[in-house]
Amino acid sequence: MADVVFQERRVAHRPSVGKRSSLHYALKRKSTVAFLMALPLILLVALLVVYPALYSLHLATLNKSMTKFIGLGNFEFLFKRDTFWLVVKQSCIFAISAVIFKALIGFIVAHFVHNVPANKQRRWRGMLLVPWVIPPAMSTLAWLWLFDPSYSAFNYTLSFFGIGPIPWTGDAMWARFSVILVNVWYGAPFFMIMYLAALKSVPDQLYEAAAIDGANWWQRIWYVTLPMMRNIIAITTLFSLIVTFANFDIVRILTAGGPLDHTHIFATWAFRVGIEGSDIPLGASVSLFMVPILAVAAIFILRDISKRGNEA
Amino acid sequence: MSRKKLSRREFVAATALSSAALITAPYIRGAHAAGKLAIGFWDHWVPGANKTSTALVNEWAEKEKVEVQIDYITSQGNKTLLTMAAEAQARSGHDILAQATWQAHAYAELLEPVNDIMEPIIKQNGAVNDTVNYLGQAKGKWLGVPACIGSQIKGPCSRIDLMKKHANIDVQAMYPAGSPPKADNWTLDTFLKAAEACHKAGHPFGIGLGETSDSVDAAGAIFNSFGAELVDAKGNLTVKTDAVRQALEYYKKLIAFLPPDAAAWDDASNNKWLVSGRGALIMNPPSAWAVAKRDAPQVAEQCWTHGFAAGPKGRFAPYLPFFWLTWSFSKNKAAAKSLLTHLSQPSSIEKLVAASGGYDLPAYEKLTTLKTWAEEGPPKGTLYHYPNPYNHQKLSIAASPAPPKVAQQIYTQATLTKMALRYSQGEKMESTLAWAEGECEGFMRS
Repeated sequence: MADVVFQERRVAHRPSVGKRSSLHYALKRKSTVAFLMALPLILLVALLVVYPALYSLHLATLNKSMTKFIGLGNFEFLFKRDTFWLVVKQSCIFAISAVIFKALIGFIVAHFVHNVPANKQRRWRGMLLVPWVIPPAMSTLAWLWLFDPSYSAFNYTLSFFGIGPIPWTGDAMWARFSVILVNVWYGAPFFMIMYLAALKSVPDQLYEAAAIDGANWWQRIWYVTLPMMRNIIAITTLFSLIVTFANFDIVRILTAGGPLDHTHIFATWAFRVGIEGSDIPLGASVSLFMVPILAVAAIFILRDISKRGNEA
Repeated sequence: MSRKKLSRREFVAATALSSAALITAPYIRGAHAAGKLAIGFWDHWVPGANKTSTALVNEWAEKEKVEVQIDYITSQGNKTLLTMAAEAQARSGHDILAQATWQAHAYAELLEPVNDIMEPIIKQNGAVNDTVNYLGQAKGKWLGVPACIGSQIKGPCSRIDLMKKHANIDVQAMYPAGSPPKADNWTLDTFLKAAEACHKAGHPFGIGLGETSDSVDAAGAIFNSFGAELVDAKGNLTVKTDAVRQALEYYKKLIAFLPPDAAAWDDASNNKWLVSGRGALIMNPPSAWAVAKRDAPQVAEQCWTHGFAAGPKGRFAPYLPFFWLTWSFSKNKAAAKSLLTHLSQPSSIEKLVAASGGYDLPAYEKLTTLKTWAEEGPPKGTLYHYPNPYNHQKLSIAASPAPPKVAQQIYTQATLTKMALRYSQGEKMESTLAWAEGECEGFMRS
């Protein structure tokens, strides 16, 4: 800010300098340079995010044959459909339970890795990140084979212990469990790496002080680690919640929403209705329904972070 | 450097002269004088089948002086549907696009009617079956040309040995190669008894109960066999009828003899079931047999494709036709229609059927006895009855005869298999019917 004020003063003292020099000074401002450097990304976001978002808003206001404006008619229709509410419920179950488990597993594993001697940590970090770096469409295909209804490798292994066969994708409860499991497997490394970075930034002196005060392991976690990681936990949770709510590939490949629609989430249901059912306006409306849910979550989480920032 | 300025008068005179020269110049027919044509064909499962369609297109393009570009679009991951949806939004894309079943009606308002070519084609090749009429026409207009490539009947493909041993049924005697079927006793009751016997013997029939097309098509044939319609041709709800109840009762009995994981099956599951040697019967076009021929020849030589069992309202076979569609905004409709006429010639169809190993089915009644189906094997004649040469069964699609846009929703949402599954899992009949009625009400939206 000081930089901008300084530049403005300089311009004010030299009124004889024409337009060219004011452009010259504008270009020398840090904020202008920053804007220009961010411009390609802003344009890319506008093209790939803002335009499709506005277009889907437009689509959601059309009738099935896309010839008539019907306002909120598609939403009115959806609110009367039982299947839609089933999808809302399942999306919440899927996203919330997956994020909780991802956060929990990420937190625990981050602690383990943090305690591994420094020279071996890189290897562990690399190995634990593998699920996250493999494209999920590809890794989910491998899971599909593991869960295959007739030739499941898991069931084959379990049969040696007299267990099963388990209908991994054929029974509603097991199918929900399977899609959440794969999502947790894929997403936990992201939490792990974020938490590991946060753990490394906690000053050792705080632990030393806690140890002098006689704090046990649990008290150190509760009163030192967690408060220091609070912001990163909130941001990671929000980010993951958004990504998990919008998940498509895992459910689509593993169960395609079945059995009996019991694993459909917003994106898979939108695809079923919009593309497979040739009802694009309704599909757009289903996918847009995520926006208010995620907006409310984002407002709460970001407000909390900003409040703590101000307190600090 | 001197620079001469062009006056307005000089510019107008030069433009007029060059326009006149262009108009009066003699027409020279160049290599691609008839323009360009972009084609989106369905990417065939059968290795090498695409080569034949490319050759047929090139043969036509050379004669007609058209520059062609062919894209083979896979139906894996619904890429064909996505292409169609994107092109409809963009009002731009391929001049010819191959699509299965419902897409002609779904995009009817954006398609070029093809009555002018369909009438002579039908005159030449014979009438098309009722399902092609139902899916390919709207208000008297042909929305597309029935495509040989990809069209298929999903009738039973049985294991000769297992059916004989466990169900005491000789499928070869019932559907002898080269002669009419002797299948009067091949009814849904016989089918159920056979399913039970094979289940007891550890070789259950491989019929899926999932939400993909193989499961839905099989359910459609059984529902049609009972005359069970969820929505009638006029668009009235007919869920709560005795016919639907009978179909559900039958399905409940059948499900008890199907593999326990059938609810999770997709379109690959039944193929694997047959090829692995675990199943005595599946409902599929001959692609499963073709894979078995390559990967498990001992299974393939015991496979026999034949007609479906008859129910109280007749004998129905699941049928899934493809269409070649042309957009109304296509830039070269004349060339597109000319090519579609070429691809619908008996000589072209014969080549396409041969290239697909008998998988592809022409929709026309005069073309169901091509030599490919008689000669394919092992065992020789295994595909003889695949194209329904004696019109022994009615080729049907699930959810018909509901108005196609409603039927598409019933089909896509797999309402029939979901009903069967719900009822078989212990839900009360009336609850299942009420659920289905609610769903169908929603499908009526326009």
